[in-house]
Amino acid sequence: MEAYLVAMLVFAGLYALMALGLNVIWGLAGMVNLGLVGFFGLGAYASALLTTKLLWPMPLGWAAGAAVAAAAGAVMAVIVARLRGDYLAIVTLGFAEVIRLVASNEIWLTNGTDGISGIPGPWRGAVTPQQFNLIFLGIVWAAVAVAFVALARVSHSPFGRVLRAVREDEDVAAVAGKPVLWFKVRAFCLGAAVVGFAGALYAHYNAYIAPEGFAPLLTIYIVLALTAGGVGAMRGAIVGALLVLLLLEGTRFLAAAIPGVTPVQKAALREGIIALSLILLLRFRPQGLIPERTRTRASP
Amino acid sequence: MIQDWRDLVQVLVNGVMAGSVLMLPAIGFNCIFAVLRYPNFAVAGYATVGAFAGWIANVQWGLPAGLALVAAFLVAGAAGLLAEEAALKPLRPSGALTVAIASVALTILLENVVRFFFGNSLRGYDLPVLRDWRFDGIRVNPQQLSNTAYALAAAAALFALLAFTRLGRAMRAVADNPQLADIKGVDPDRIARVAVFIGAGLAGFGGMLIGLDTSIDPLTGFRVVLSVFAAAVVGGLGSIPGAALGAMVVGIGEEMASVVLEPAYRTVTAFLAILLVLTIRPEGLLGRRG
Repeated sequence: MEAYLVAMLVFAGLYALMALGLNVIWGLAGMVNLGLVGFFGLGAYASALLTTKLLWPMPLGWAAGAAVAAAAGAVMAVIVARLRGDYLAIVTLGFAEVIRLVASNEIWLTNGTDGISGIPGPWRGAVTPQQFNLIFLGIVWAAVAVAFVALARVSHSPFGRVLRAVREDEDVAAVAGKPVLWFKVRAFCLGAAVVGFAGALYAHYNAYIAPEGFAPLLTIYIVLALTAGGVGAMRGAIVGALLVLLLLEGTRFLAAAIPGVTPVQKAALREGIIALSLILLLRFRPQGLIPERTRTRASP
Repeated sequence: MIQDWRDLVQVLVNGVMAGSVLMLPAIGFNCIFAVLRYPNFAVAGYATVGAFAGWIANVQWGLPAGLALVAAFLVAGAAGLLAEEAALKPLRPSGALTVAIASVALTILLENVVRFFFGNSLRGYDLPVLRDWRFDGIRVNPQQLSNTAYALAAAAALFALLAFTRLGRAMRAVADNPQLADIKGVDPDRIARVAVFIGAGLAGFGGMLIGLDTSIDPLTGFRVVLSVFAAAVVGGLGSIPGAALGAMVVGIGEEMASVVLEPAYRTVTAFLAILLVLTIRPEGLLGRRG
């Protein structure tokens, strides 16, 4: 039971990191990213491959995971950021599918659908599995704390204020002399880097990654977390991640309690409930639990 | 690899047949975009719903494929209309991106409703097994050819509706300029409902065509969604003739790419097509700027 709780809190931390990353892209800069799981996967694969095949030390692998995701984010943002948000939605969604396809098919590199196993973890093997879980819990939540403090500062810095201005009205920001495209690209890059870092941590915690771990449903979890917590507020991202975890695990117990349904039906029920919650939340409480505090209340 | 002109013709034939299957969901996507101005990712879910509705009509009720396609159209259209009114319409005031995000959730919801009732196993339609026809070394699968015919017939029906009926004119008017159409007494809500019904219905029709070609499972729609978006973007978001043309371009492009790349990379080709078009001509082949 304790191991289960610790594992769940590790996942909550990973979700919180991703939600923080998304909050920079969506919450501050107002750009949609429906391909979060692609950046997460990219970070995970980059770090896993570098540490298992080239035997890079883990911290370097994690940094590389973040850097690769940031680079991919930059390329995408440069191509799409000058267009309307619809295109960004399509491109990011497509990007995540492409990452999954490449991971499934480049067997020489990624081992295909069999996945990569034996990814090292910090002190794994040297300590008991319980201790390893606790160590990793500390690492993940330390990363969350660092990201939270740093991004909250970014959010209140001149950079963050420009991003909010871009979100509210690009033309006004451009008239005020701000290079809108450059700000958008940097915001996308920063957010993607945080998500990629979360992916790298996931790979080393799980010791095993495979393409099916990077399904679009994960993107929905994170969008749900951020919406539940409150888009724009960094605290909201963390609260939201914990809420999503509660919902995920709650539905697990709920589904287990329903008699007479097959495991496939249980999985379908859970995924359906998650998707439905996002739709209901967007409708009935779009500002989330912790609405963003701005001096002038922004109209959507 | 391509060695003589026959191989090239074969690739083109396969490309047109692949493109015609993508055409209807792409037209559906652009039809909804033209009137409501948001990318409705739920077309993937509607395609799956249509494929399963057609499967029930064809396999369980024993209807021929042509009639089952009508069932696929009607059920997917009704599902689309219901989902739009219940889930997406109330979100429209929050902006196009909120609706787009909700439509991704909607696709996952629909997929899981299908999964709950039908499970994950692959299902095939009740079809006669036909051998390929050969014309001077070029192979044509009769089933794929009839799918192409069905797709062209459905697209032709839509074009006739848009070109020759009052309703079609009203739809084009709303797509062109919603305010002006409103002033002229066109009820935008009604047109939106019609556009969603037709768009989702065509996605369902296309979903069943995909299934007639191979087999169906709850991910049938999602698997082709990238090719469908590529067709819509290449043709021009919101342009219905564009979607038809874009589908052909993407279909042929994917076939050509699969000569050199692995077949699994078809959708990667589609993604690259999206990036290419957005880089050099964001409004697409037949779209308008703006």
